[in-house]
Amino acid sequence: MEGALRRRIPRRAILHNMHRDPGSFLGFGIVAGVILVAALAPLLPLHDPTHLDLQNRLLSPSFEFPLGTDHLGRDELSRLIFGARTTLLMSAASLAIIMTLASTVGSLSGYYGGWLDTVLMMVVDLMLAFPSLILGVAVAGILGPSLINVMIAVSVVWWASHARVIRGMVLSARNKEYVEGARAIGASDGRIVVYHISRNIVGPLVVLVTLDMGWIILGIAGLSFLGLGAQPPTPEWGAMLNDSRSYMQTSPILLLAPGSAIFLLVLGFNLMGDGIRDILDPTTYR
Amino acid sequence: MTLPLLLLGISIISFMLLNFAPGDAAEITLMRQNGGVAPSPQEVVELRQELGLNDPLPIRYGRWVSNAVRGDLGESYRSGDSIANELLRRLPATLLLAATALALAVAAGIPLGVLAAVNRGTWLDTSCRLLALVGAAVPSYVMAPVLMLFFAVKLGWLPAVGYGSPKNLLLPALALSFGTMAQLMRLTRASVLDVLGQDYIRTARAKGLSERSVVWGHGLKSALLPVVTVLGTSTGFLLGGAVIIESIFGWPGVGQFVIQGISQRDYPVVQGFVLYMAVAFLLINLAVDVSYRWLDPRLHFGGKFN
Repeated sequence: MEGALRRRIPRRAILHNMHRDPGSFLGFGIVAGVILVAALAPLLPLHDPTHLDLQNRLLSPSFEFPLGTDHLGRDELSRLIFGARTTLLMSAASLAIIMTLASTVGSLSGYYGGWLDTVLMMVVDLMLAFPSLILGVAVAGILGPSLINVMIAVSVVWWASHARVIRGMVLSARNKEYVEGARAIGASDGRIVVYHISRNIVGPLVVLVTLDMGWIILGIAGLSFLGLGAQPPTPEWGAMLNDSRSYMQTSPILLLAPGSAIFLLVLGFNLMGDGIRDILDPTTYR
Repeated sequence: MTLPLLLLGISIISFMLLNFAPGDAAEITLMRQNGGVAPSPQEVVELRQELGLNDPLPIRYGRWVSNAVRGDLGESYRSGDSIANELLRRLPATLLLAATALALAVAAGIPLGVLAAVNRGTWLDTSCRLLALVGAAVPSYVMAPVLMLFFAVKLGWLPAVGYGSPKNLLLPALALSFGTMAQLMRLTRASVLDVLGQDYIRTARAKGLSERSVVWGHGLKSALLPVVTVLGTSTGFLLGGAVIIESIFGWPGVGQFVIQGISQRDYPVVQGFVLYMAVAFLLINLAVDVSYRWLDPRLHFGGKFN
């Protein structure tokens, strides 16, 4: 069904609809803007985000420090922009881990069925039986505070629901003519899954990924907020937010800046995801 | 998946968590008893033997689970106190916070969702949709310090931290409930719009019922079905969010306990916490399933009429 859907809605219609829907257009703009600024960060005329200057702690915004300085005298704007790199890279890496894990489990489960399917789906059910944030906090907490461990924790928590969705897609693709055709000319199971089925489910997967980016960003920033993620001096929004709490009375901007950054980026991904979903969902397709 | 299997799985995962933790339980316990002095290797070997840490994994799991069932989750590495006692002592505070947040989210989210659906396309609907977008993008750990900044630091209306009075409860519960409120509102709106297009609503209108009676009387009950389904998930989400909120507001619940445990590398605390929360989540979802059957009598017949 998904394959047919993709063929029925030409790419031009997606752009056209996106244009008509200001929300998703805005979302796309926010995401593209943040990615652009983050990518260009080393080229921008910014202070070193990790340079300590205790003479200049907690300065108010000025021409030199547009968002002021933090409790260690570091330029807040620079930390915010370099923090976007941390957030985006970590979210993208987590997403890659999640999708690899979910596609492997989902494909094995959906393609082979039988006892393998039963066992794998039991594991998936089990993972979903844990409240996500609680498992995330526990895994990150036990592995010890680091960026890598936060990515592992987020992946452990999130792969299961995607594995189930991918299983469903593979299951419905398995009996299509093109799979039968591939099998008839002697393609191996691995080849069928990797070359034939995956190409047909990649579209819906992209939607799934966009819809999920917001949640992953919130999860990573939340764990960093608890001190489990980015370690000093790495600039990261959740950690910056946590640092700012002791100074909220005198320097509220240190709280509002990373808070707004998280809000804006998540909003951007959510709007983009909503827009793409509306376009791909025939019931709302105009 | 059946309940006993899930319980078994949850216990295995909780048990395995401690196996991934760095450090040796015997060594850490001895360190505590010696007042921070590193124990001799001989002592460590002896205690490992005594605690049965050298036994094969399944035997250790069996021992751990039989203790856990009897309410013994072991002792804290740091204080030597019973973890189960501490969790039980703190659980009411966490449940109070999560339940208040859920109540706030339901009390605001569902009526707003209905209003938005009934007034579809008006400014009211638009504002509700905006609120839903903001609610999905502002996490509780951003909401909490912002609320604290305005209502406690700037205006001084409510205390920033503390526990004990309803005033203390308001800010953390608000911060925690915001995202869930937005989600419930969005879902209610979609669900009500869906229901209002049904034939029996047209019938109710045709026989001359007032619009209020059509919406709140006939429409709402069936519109609430999908909303009730997500209440279980929402509760899990709120329990998880409570961990962060508690550490911000100094709320003496299980979340604060586990964050302390993590920072002190007190891993059995983390293990016990995961086990308790997962079991609580399981029971809540069970309760939601039961109430769902009560709301939708068709399910009594094993879905025969669906």
